[in-house]
Amino acid sequence: MHRVVVTGTGVISALGHNTAGFWQSLTTGTSGIREIENIDTSQIRFKHGAEVRGYVPEEYFEAKDISLMDRFAQFAVLSAREALAEAGIEWTQTLREETAVITGSCLGGRGAEESGYWELFHNGKSRVHPLTIPLSMSNAGASHICMQFGIEGPAYTISTACASSAHAIGQAFWMVRSGAAPLAIAGGSEAPMFLGGLKAWEALRVVSKDTCRPFSAERSGLVLGEGAGMLVLEPLEAALARGARPLAEIVGFGMSADAGHITQPVATGPSRAMKLALRDGSLAPEQIGYINAHGTATEANDRIETAAIHSVFGSHAGKLAVSSTKSMHGHALGAAGAIEAVSSILSLRHGILPPTANFLTADPACDLDVIPNQARMASVEACLSNSFAFGGLNAVLAFKAFV
Amino acid sequence: MSSLTIQDRVLKVIATSKRLPLESVQADGSFEALGIDSLDRLNILFDLESEFDIEINDEEAKQIKNIHEMVEGITHLLQAKTSSSPSE
Repeated sequence: MHRVVVTGTGVISALGHNTAGFWQSLTTGTSGIREIENIDTSQIRFKHGAEVRGYVPEEYFEAKDISLMDRFAQFAVLSAREALAEAGIEWTQTLREETAVITGSCLGGRGAEESGYWELFHNGKSRVHPLTIPLSMSNAGASHICMQFGIEGPAYTISTACASSAHAIGQAFWMVRSGAAPLAIAGGSEAPMFLGGLKAWEALRVVSKDTCRPFSAERSGLVLGEGAGMLVLEPLEAALARGARPLAEIVGFGMSADAGHITQPVATGPSRAMKLALRDGSLAPEQIGYINAHGTATEANDRIETAAIHSVFGSHAGKLAVSSTKSMHGHALGAAGAIEAVSSILSLRHGILPPTANFLTADPACDLDVIPNQARMASVEACLSNSFAFGGLNAVLAFKAFV
Repeated sequence: MSSLTIQDRVLKVIATSKRLPLESVQADGSFEALGIDSLDRLNILFDLESEFDIEINDEEAKQIKNIHEMVEGITHLLQAKTSSSPSE
């Protein structure tokens, strides 16, 4: 069993195209939620989203590659590129053959699928674009990361809705810890801003008409986001041997299924996932100083998540800081767990806890210290990052500061 | 069709959506008593929007707890629709 550290992170989100911009926004409590620009929202009842702004694929990819990659796959490759550059990996043929790539995505390239079917459904055409399948398959992110960096080891994609990339990181962590892979790139990406997808979210009546206000009495639902997050994971001894700088240690992973309702959460599933992450990381509840909450700002999630945290931490729940960074980068679905894992790692590394932005007044059903609106300087020993998916599938990651 | 009242049509939509015998859905019933959960509500709202060609907004929908309130809400929406639509 190896101790596993994170030696590189990459993020593209509504808070900029890299980790530095992301962290700058998080620590200043700056939200990336704006009116949606990339698609016409005249047919949609909500108008706000957390889009990746100013994104020009040609600035990052060669023209021949762009036509082979949906936006979600491009985001996956970009964040992997940033994470690998920070980690400073020196590739050998053996390392290429053994490195794992595990990505998460809820929708994959369903935006490309919609474009592919458009002419068929609306304009009476009988042909579909020949790249519709390779563009839309959910594993395209993992495949393009492998192709771009010549990685030939175990590679696959996990799709568990809003927990996809937390499950992906957890799996990769276990593979590196057990010695099954000497290095892993893990995270997730999502590009949900296309008409059919947004209309489907509208129909669920869980999207806010204004902004994302997690744990606030005025919360009115989630705000969709897009982007990607990736981590480079490796054994501590390997990182130290090559002179790499560990950003944080990943110590625990817990997962569970509610086995209840397809969309209505219950506290027991999330509670068990948190307990299992603590146990997997040999952590006492009192060692946790911060939780990056799932915190979607739906009425149900925030109330249930609060109850779950109380049930796991007991009296220590009153001493924990909990925030939802979705208030700033939106709910990036299958990328959310990875984006929030990066936020959690940076919190431990820099001793700054990002706030829950857009917070107005406290809801008695969400009576935790949610770091309203202003980031806080606080060195914590360990933290959790919660991801709870529709379908009742839960994944919780535990990280420890590397000192 | 025109002989059915708004209430009759609401009861029918709920019964069809929830796959209940029509006679078990009564005008004074609560959603809770009919075992209507959050996802059932979404389906019923969706079917009612189609039945009456209206748009029921999320915030107003959240306040509705029983069939009586639903019939009242839809009646208001239909009145608003008639008064605002151009003469045809």
